[in-house]
Amino acid sequence: MISFQNLTLAIHGTPILNDISFELGQGQIFGLVGESGSGKSMTALALMQLLPSGSLVGGHVEVDGADVLAMSEPELCTLRGNDIGMIFQEPMTALNPVQTIGDQVAETMLIHGTATKSEAAVIARKMLDRVGLPADKFPSSRYPHELSGGQRQRVCIAMAIALRPKLLIADEPTTALDVTTQAQILELLRELVAEENMSLLLITHDLAVVAGMADHVAVMRNGALVEQGPTEQLFKTMSHPYTKQLFEASSHQPNRTGDPQEIPILEIKNAVREYAAPRRKLFHRFAPFRAVNDVSFTLMRGESLGLVGESGCGKSTLTRAILGLDPLQGGEIHLSGEPVLAGEHMPASLRQKVQIVFQDPYGSFNPRHKVQRLVMEPFHLTKVPENPREHVANALETVGLPSDAMDRYIHEFSGGQRQRIAIARALVLHPELIVLDEAVSALDVSIRAQILDLLADLQTRLGLSYLFISHDLTVVRAITDRVLVMQAGQIVEQGPTEKVFTTPSHPYTQQLLDAAPQIPDDWQETKHA
Amino acid sequence: MRLPVQLVLGAALTAIFALAVALSFIWTPHDVTILTIADKLQGPSGKYWLGTDHFGRDMLSMLMVGARTSIAVAIVAVGIGIGVGVPLGLMSAANRGGLLDEVIMRGNDLIFAFPSLVIAILITAVFGPSALNAILAIGIFNIPVFARVTRGAALSVWTLDYILAARTCGKRALRISIEHILPNIANLLIVQGTIQFSLGILAEAGLSYVGLGAQPPTPSWGRMLADAQTYIYNDPRLAFLPGIAIVMMVLGLNLMGDGLRDLLDPRIRRER
Repeated sequence: MISFQNLTLAIHGTPILNDISFELGQGQIFGLVGESGSGKSMTALALMQLLPSGSLVGGHVEVDGADVLAMSEPELCTLRGNDIGMIFQEPMTALNPVQTIGDQVAETMLIHGTATKSEAAVIARKMLDRVGLPADKFPSSRYPHELSGGQRQRVCIAMAIALRPKLLIADEPTTALDVTTQAQILELLRELVAEENMSLLLITHDLAVVAGMADHVAVMRNGALVEQGPTEQLFKTMSHPYTKQLFEASSHQPNRTGDPQEIPILEIKNAVREYAAPRRKLFHRFAPFRAVNDVSFTLMRGESLGLVGESGCGKSTLTRAILGLDPLQGGEIHLSGEPVLAGEHMPASLRQKVQIVFQDPYGSFNPRHKVQRLVMEPFHLTKVPENPREHVANALETVGLPSDAMDRYIHEFSGGQRQRIAIARALVLHPELIVLDEAVSALDVSIRAQILDLLADLQTRLGLSYLFISHDLTVVRAITDRVLVMQAGQIVEQGPTEKVFTTPSHPYTQQLLDAAPQIPDDWQETKHA
Repeated sequence: MRLPVQLVLGAALTAIFALAVALSFIWTPHDVTILTIADKLQGPSGKYWLGTDHFGRDMLSMLMVGARTSIAVAIVAVGIGIGVGVPLGLMSAANRGGLLDEVIMRGNDLIFAFPSLVIAILITAVFGPSALNAILAIGIFNIPVFARVTRGAALSVWTLDYILAARTCGKRALRISIEHILPNIANLLIVQGTIQFSLGILAEAGLSYVGLGAQPPTPSWGRMLADAQTYIYNDPRLAFLPGIAIVMMVLGLNLMGDGLRDLLDPRIRRER
C-alpha cells in the first residue's frame, strides 16, 4: 500500500537519507528503529512531504500507487490527515492549550470539509470514546491542561484517526510517557490497527517496543536501512552487526565489582515534604499536598541504590531535599552522620559530599560558559585551587574526555559527551555520593551503555555511592545493588535488586514490571546460541 | 571571526551620530542661538547645507545640537530603566512567589497604571519644565518595562537544571542571578533596550512637543518636529529632516542591538 523506493534526501547539500526502500501493507505494523540522527523521523516527514526548506528528494514514495513526490501542495494537503495521520512524541506540546479537546479533534474534519460543524462534534465525541476517553469522565469541553500525559496522547491519537486514515505514523509515541501509560497507549494502537484495518508506521529507538508491536522491522543507521524483515525472524537472526550491537547495548550489563560497606552514607528517617495546595477559595486553605510521605531508607558507602517510580511519585522532590535545596516538613536526612539542612544553613563541607547529574544533557549547562568554568563550578564550595586547569583536566580524563575539551563551549559536544562533562563536574570535588537523576534516560542505547560502563568503573575506582533515580527498569536492574520502589510519595517496596525484580511482593512493583516492554525470551536465546 | 553585517552597519550609523554630537560641542556650521529672519525657510545651498528653518537657523547645526538632547535623554532614560528595573526584576524572580516579589511587581503595576504624560506633567509642575525632568519622567517609565521583561525571562531560566546544579554547589541567589541568569537573558534585554531607546527619543519628542521637555532655545529633534508642524504644507523639509534623523538613529541602534545579541551568544556565533 505504501512503498518507498530508493528514497534519497539531502538538506542543503548534506546527505540525510540514502537509498531507503521498504513496503508497508494494509493492516500492518511496521517498526522503524534507530538511534537519534539516524533519519527515521525524516523518512516519515518525506512521506508526508513536510520536509524542511532546502531539501532535495530523490526516488519514489508511493501511497496507493500515487507518487507523493510528484504531488502538488493542494493534493498533499488532502493526503495529510485524510490518508495519513501522525502522532508525535511530546503530548504536552502537541495540543493547543486554549482549545477544548473536542474542538481540536473536530478541527481536522472541518479543515478537510468532510463534515459540518455539528457532525464533526459528534464524530469527535465518538473518536474520543474510541481512544478510551469516555464522555462521562472526559467531556469534549475539557482543556488539555486538565489531562495527564497519557490522556493527551490519546487525544492526539483521536485527532490523527478522526478521518480514518489508511496509515498512521507514530513518531516515538510513548517515549515521553511512563511505563504503565506506555503499555496502555501501545495496546490502544494495536487495537486500532486491528479493528480499523489501518497501517501503522511506528518510529522508535526502543527495540523492546518494536518487538512487542511490529510485524515488520527495519533498522536504520546514518540515513540508511541496515536490515529489515519480519520481526521475529529479524530478532532471531540479527544478520547485521549493527542490529546485534543495538540489541546488546539495550540490555547492556556493566561489569560491576563494587563492594558496599556496612557504613551508612545517607540516612533518611521519616522524611515528609509538603507543598501548599493552591487556594481555591478566598478564605479557605486547603490541606497541603504531600509529595514525599514518611520515607525512610539508608544508603551504604560504595553502594548503588535504585529509586524507581513513575512521574509525579515524588522522586525529584526527595532528591531536592537530599541535596539540601528544599526544607523538609518532617523527619530528617543525615549525610555521613551530619544533618542535611536546606539552603544556606548547610555547611559547604557537607555540600561537597553530594553532587548530582541530571537527565537532560542540554539543560544542565549554562550555554554561555566554557567547559572549564562549568566543571569548576563546584569549587565555589571550597577555595578555587591554584592550578584549576589541572583539576579540570583530571576530572575530564576520569570520564574519558581529552583535556582540550575545557576550552570549548558546551554546544560543541554531543549528548553523551555532555553527560560525561556533567559527571566530571560532579566528580571534581571528590564527593562521596552522586545522585543520578534519570542520568541516562535521554541517551541513545549505545551511548547509554558506555555511560553505564563509565559509572560502574568510577564506582570501583573511587568507591562512590550512587543514588540512581530512574523510571527505566532495565537500567536500574543493570546498575544497582538494591532498589526502592516509590509510589505516590511512599516507598512501597525495597530490597536487593534481583530479588525485587524476580519476585516482586507489592502489586505496584508487579504492575511496573508487567508494563515494561520486553523482547520475548525465546527470541533472545536463539541469538546467543 | 567575521563580524555580523548588521552589527557593522548599525555601529557605523551610530558612530556617525556620535561623531556629529561630539563635533557639535566644538564646531557647528552656524550658531543655533542666532536668528537670521532674513534667511528664513531657505532651501539647501552652499551656505546652508540643509537649508534653514522659520527663524532662519541652519538646519544642519540644529540637527547636530538637537541630537545631544535627544540622545542624552534616551540614553539616560534607558540607563535608569536598566539600572533599576533589571535588578528589581532579578530580585523578583529570585524570590518568586515571596513577599518581595509581590511588593516589587505591585509597585510596577502602580507605575504602569499612570500614563507617562501625566507623571511628566506632575514632575514639571513641581520642578519646572526642563530636559532633565523629561529624562526623569521617561526613565521612571522604563523601570517597570525592564523589571517585567527581566522577571519573565529570569523565571524560565530559574527552572533549568544548571541553576539546580549551581544551587547544589551552594551558590546563593545573588551569585546565580549575576553569573547564570543575567548572561542568558542579556539578548532579550539588548533588544528591549534598543526598543526603549527608540521610544525614549519619541517620548522626548512628545514631551518637547507639548512644551514639557527641552526649553527653547535648546534645540531637540522633538522640538524641531513640533515646530515644523505649522509649516508642513509650505516646507515639509522641516519635518522630514529631524524625522529622518530619528529613523536613522533608531535603525542604527536596532541593527547594532541585533548584531550584539548574535555576537554575545556562543551558540549563534558558531553557526556563522
